[in-house]
Amino acid sequence: MTTEVGSETEVKKDSDQLGPDKAKDKPEEASETPENQKSKETLSEEVKDSSSIPAPTSQSSPGSQKKEKTSPESKGISRFLPPWLKKQKSYTLAEPKDETKKRTTGEQTAEEGECQTPEGVSQPKKSLEVLAAESQQNAKADDKEENHSVSSAETQPAKEDGKETKVEQVAEEKEEKPEGKEKKETKEVQTAETKPENIPQKSPKKIKTVQCKVMLLDGTEYSCDLEKRAKGQVLFDKVCEHLNLLEKDYFGLLFYENSEQKNWLDSSKEIKRQIRGLPWIFTFNVKFYPPDPSQLIEDITRYFLCLQLRQDIASGRLPCSFVTHTLLGSYTLQAELGDHDPEEHRSDYISEFQFAPNQTQEMEEKVAELHKTHRGLTPAQADSQFLENAKRLSMYGVDLHHAKDSEGVDIMLGVCANGLLIYKDRLRINRFAWPKILKISYKRSNFYIKVRPAETEQFESTIGFKLPNHRAAKRLWKVCVEHHTFFRLVSPEQPPKAKFLTLGSKFRYSGRTQAQTRQASNLIDRPAPYFERTSSKRVSRSLDGAPMGISDPSLLRDFHATGVQAAGDKGIDSEAAGQAKLNEGGEDGSPVKTPQLELTQDGKSNSLRVDGENIYVRHSNLMLEDLDKTQDDLLKHQASISELKRNFMESTPEPRPNEWEKRRITPLSLQTQGRHASRAEGPCTGVSDADKSSHETLDIVEEKKQAEVGIEEIILIDETNKGKMQIATEAGETCKVEHLSKKDSSSLPSDSSSSSSSSESEDEEVGEYQPHHRAIEEVIREEQEEEEDMKRKEHEEKTQHVEATPESSKLNVPVEHTQVTAEDLVQENAVTIATEEKILSEEIKQDLGEEKEEEQLRLNGDVSHVDIDVAPQIICCSEPPVVKTEMVTISDATQRTEISTKEVPIVQTETKTITYESPQFDGSAGGNAGVLLSAQTITSESISTTTTTHITKMVKGGVSETRIEKRIVITGDADIDHDEALAQAIKEAKEQHPDMSVTRVVVHKETELAEEDEE
Amino acid sequence: MARPGRRRQPMGARLAAAPWKCAWWGANGARPGRGRRFISCQGRRRSRPPVPLAILPSLLRVPPCSMAGLGGGPAAFGRCTHAVVRALPESLCRQALRSAAGPEVDFARAEREHQLYVGVLRGKLGLQVLELPADESLPDCVFVEDVAVVCEETALLTRPGAPSRRKEVESMKRVLESLNLNIVEMVDENATLDGGDVLFTGREFFVGLSRRTNQRGAEILADTFKDYAVSTVPVHDSLHLKSFCSMAGPNLIAIGSSEAAQKALKTMQQMSDHRYDKLTVPDDAAANCIYLNIPSKGHVLLHRAPEEYPESAKVFEKLKDHMLIPIANTELEKVDGSLTCCSVLINKTPEL
Repeated sequence: MTTEVGSETEVKKDSDQLGPDKAKDKPEEASETPENQKSKETLSEEVKDSSSIPAPTSQSSPGSQKKEKTSPESKGISRFLPPWLKKQKSYTLAEPKDETKKRTTGEQTAEEGECQTPEGVSQPKKSLEVLAAESQQNAKADDKEENHSVSSAETQPAKEDGKETKVEQVAEEKEEKPEGKEKKETKEVQTAETKPENIPQKSPKKIKTVQCKVMLLDGTEYSCDLEKRAKGQVLFDKVCEHLNLLEKDYFGLLFYENSEQKNWLDSSKEIKRQIRGLPWIFTFNVKFYPPDPSQLIEDITRYFLCLQLRQDIASGRLPCSFVTHTLLGSYTLQAELGDHDPEEHRSDYISEFQFAPNQTQEMEEKVAELHKTHRGLTPAQADSQFLENAKRLSMYGVDLHHAKDSEGVDIMLGVCANGLLIYKDRLRINRFAWPKILKISYKRSNFYIKVRPAETEQFESTIGFKLPNHRAAKRLWKVCVEHHTFFRLVSPEQPPKAKFLTLGSKFRYSGRTQAQTRQASNLIDRPAPYFERTSSKRVSRSLDGAPMGISDPSLLRDFHATGVQAAGDKGIDSEAAGQAKLNEGGEDGSPVKTPQLELTQDGKSNSLRVDGENIYVRHSNLMLEDLDKTQDDLLKHQASISELKRNFMESTPEPRPNEWEKRRITPLSLQTQGRHASRAEGPCTGVSDADKSSHETLDIVEEKKQAEVGIEEIILIDETNKGKMQIATEAGETCKVEHLSKKDSSSLPSDSSSSSSSSESEDEEVGEYQPHHRAIEEVIREEQEEEEDMKRKEHEEKTQHVEATPESSKLNVPVEHTQVTAEDLVQENAVTIATEEKILSEEIKQDLGEEKEEEQLRLNGDVSHVDIDVAPQIICCSEPPVVKTEMVTISDATQRTEISTKEVPIVQTETKTITYESPQFDGSAGGNAGVLLSAQTITSESISTTTTTHITKMVKGGVSETRIEKRIVITGDADIDHDEALAQAIKEAKEQHPDMSVTRVVVHKETELAEEDEE
Repeated sequence: MARPGRRRQPMGARLAAAPWKCAWWGANGARPGRGRRFISCQGRRRSRPPVPLAILPSLLRVPPCSMAGLGGGPAAFGRCTHAVVRALPESLCRQALRSAAGPEVDFARAEREHQLYVGVLRGKLGLQVLELPADESLPDCVFVEDVAVVCEETALLTRPGAPSRRKEVESMKRVLESLNLNIVEMVDENATLDGGDVLFTGREFFVGLSRRTNQRGAEILADTFKDYAVSTVPVHDSLHLKSFCSMAGPNLIAIGSSEAAQKALKTMQQMSDHRYDKLTVPDDAAANCIYLNIPSKGHVLLHRAPEEYPESAKVFEKLKDHMLIPIANTELEKVDGSLTCCSVLINKTPEL
């Protein structure tokens, strides 16, 4: 489409207005002779169709047929199109040539409805849905009138052109619809930008169109003309309309760079820019395999899914056993042939079908036997059975990508609905569920995932994989982003706003998520569309989806012509089927090119890579090797907390004046806020036992950041250090990252130059995506490992230390520090004794590295806490006065405590300590004792909360560092939601000291265990 | 310990259909096998019936709506009609491989325990037990599990990690062929696999990479059972993966408490798309139990006797829905034998 984004708004409008009208118009269509009228009508109809939800189906099919008809007719007329129709501002330069070409070639030039634009712009935007709904309700007569007026206005330019415009317009409209709802916001932004362009566009220009071929799942081909600058969505909508498919979000269009590398067409971007000179040939495929196909609303959707799976199976992409092959094959037969008929179905009727990559006689016999047993199943039922079985296959919906691990071993990365799977040969050697993945990124040809720490680990780790080339890495990254968004989120994330110095792809999945599509699908209200199941015989399908090149343009034209005829009276399917074979023979094998591009890029990235970037790729297996150190056992992993940690660690506080002193920590707020403030963290399953008392200590060290850098850190993990992790996070690496980013930016131009001058954001070397776990999302979470853990947790006591350190010294924090701290034993022994309802706890904390400070806090006179905090690492010792407690890992807490507490009949307590530290934790704390400038302790007591704050100032090498240590002790009965409180505490700390960063959080928790614990 | 009423069934005609298919059996406790006869191949080799090698999907007879491939889904997990066992040779006492030196096996007692074990399978649970004769030249031959992995209608004959055991496969092959299973042999010289390292959960396979099983063996297993995900689990401190874990229910993994066991469990949890419940027992050896789903009895669990592992037995006793059958295995345990080691369980569906 000429207008692209800009036109969207217009289109919307049109569709709104037109949509309702169309219903009326339709009947009229036949009678109306004027071309533009016709075109209008068709448009309107199509619009309706696309909006589909409200529109009656009966209309849709005629509409589509019409469209088909018209488009061919337009061929001839296209020549006469006035150039001004096409006018795209940007095109202006190139346009004249194009036009001439067009005319000479005599190709069909389907013009976009530029004419629409003026109106569209002027009219207020409404969301399609609203409009559609309104339109339906409104009196049709009114609509009609409106329509006419509108149409006339719009078509004025078009009239001259003739029908050609219709097709394009329709396409545009379609495009709008799907995006309109979900993406409104983003689009609006875009539209705003583009509008100015549109207006000038009015100037007469010709729009160049291109013919597209789309290989459909039933082996047939669909072709249409597209405006050269059309976006992917236009084509996709056309195809879906052609297929009469409403639940289209599971599908997508592929284009092949070569036989191996398939790319998904991004519907929000121009096609031309994505395919970059490749032939306009696409493959319609399932993009997101629904984990439970029975939840699809329409049989037709399931049918296409079946077709896809049959392809997958026959091509070997979806491996299955002999038995499964036969079973699935028999369902295929039942769906396509109906009941087994001994008369009709003789011995070898099956061999025409392909059920398996290598099909044997024996298999066919079995299939036939099974086929007999399915008597009575309708095609739809047979499809459902097929899917029920296919969905259980372990490779169902797994999108495999070749990669290498750090040792250069070939592995496969499989992206699926649940996460990322790592295969070596056939074996699954690791798996990262989406909830476990904190960030996905790629850089050059490396692909990284940052994963949540395992229970026994303290820090997040990043795992890197080497992909064949940059584009492969990016492709994988995009697929991951899309899958995560589609399956895990309720609504798509907004693409990140451009920041200063931001590099990296801003790509985000822009379509509907599964949740949204399900919701939308529930609104589908049309009689089940009729469709014909074409037989999936061997002959008629290209199984491997190999890329096809346009071998012979004339073929296309033929196809088109026949298409017209067929469209007239037959159903879409049959039409398509009829022509299916036309193109197959010639095109199947024809190689598609552009390995060149790949190569150059490769070389480039390699050379670029040298520049001081240390990327250690960690062996994927390592994740599984626990750190068996004892201290690690003491460090608990807690999902929600780590999420919080991630949040605060990764967010870069903006530099602000040092205000922290003004805002003294006010314990009161904590109390109050601690209770509500529901946050994005994990589901806080309430307290299970009233007897429990727990106690958490948070050490939050805030650190001031110097500057904000768009790129986040790349975490390097040295494989050789297993057990020890080197982690550098943002703050620590600020310098380095900046470094990198500079290099990147300098290197970028060269890189992009190799690819093409029109390098879009796609070319960027770096992409990052942090799966955003929102509150809503938690609802979806299936199998969070954490859930289990959370149940038992609550904390009544919380101690929080906030340590703040001024920026300065932090910049080049050596990774070693982190390591050290990681190894440090964070030990805390605290004892909580609950006598009846009171809790007596004692804790000692000492800060050795700095000035020692001790406090004793008394809660209700019964509780006293003394913590001993040793410099960077906190070592808290406590002798259990009464009850013997153990440090236990969460997972087996119940067991061990059970044992340990046997001797002490009174109470069982569970003690947990969780420490989080920012890696940049600077050595100064340990080395140079700072000068304590102020130590203020604000203690507020309520029933349950005590907050203690230490503020230490140190001057080190001319730079002063302020450290705030905040301890919050929360004591109480079961009511406290510790996650919430922790979140609150961190949030508050950040709010209070926006210019600082939190470098450490220690959660120490003591819980009385209920007598009986599950498990 | 419940002692099965009759341990030996007279030889007789093979049942045409799996007993559990018959709906008219009483649900509670009525012995399915009453009045019926069970085949026993004890002590003699059964000639192989000349049936064409046909592999039929399970579930053929099931009405379409409940039809499910892939083993019939989780609901069918633990279904079993046949069991293959093998008598113990006297050479076992001295020559059997063992991971640690220890007291010698009391053969008589070992035999008694084994007979009890077989008796439970046959008499109490009504399985058709195919008992292979002992072979004195194969001291470890009683541990049939290691030489074959059977899932649905497909059997993979393994290449045991211990060279001295490779010949055990031969007679297993014959008996499996007699059941018309689709048989796959592991011929790759580089592959080793012990069945004891293979944990099938009903949804996927976990293969322990131990001294007896290597990556290649696991790959072949994955190639054989293509429908299922096959994940590898490093096993360091024990002989087999199933030395410290097993399935105790359709979605329930019994797991020992040792560090190694817990670590392996974590690995498995991480690798799996499914959520399994876990049943943690104090003793690793006790975590090896046999779960069966016998139509007339529901969930059946064969576990180690309280005399051997009292604490673990208590844990099992908390399983309310299971019919619990404690079985002693003190003697074979001395040579690393566990409960699952001594049988290959097969679910044969009636043919068309």
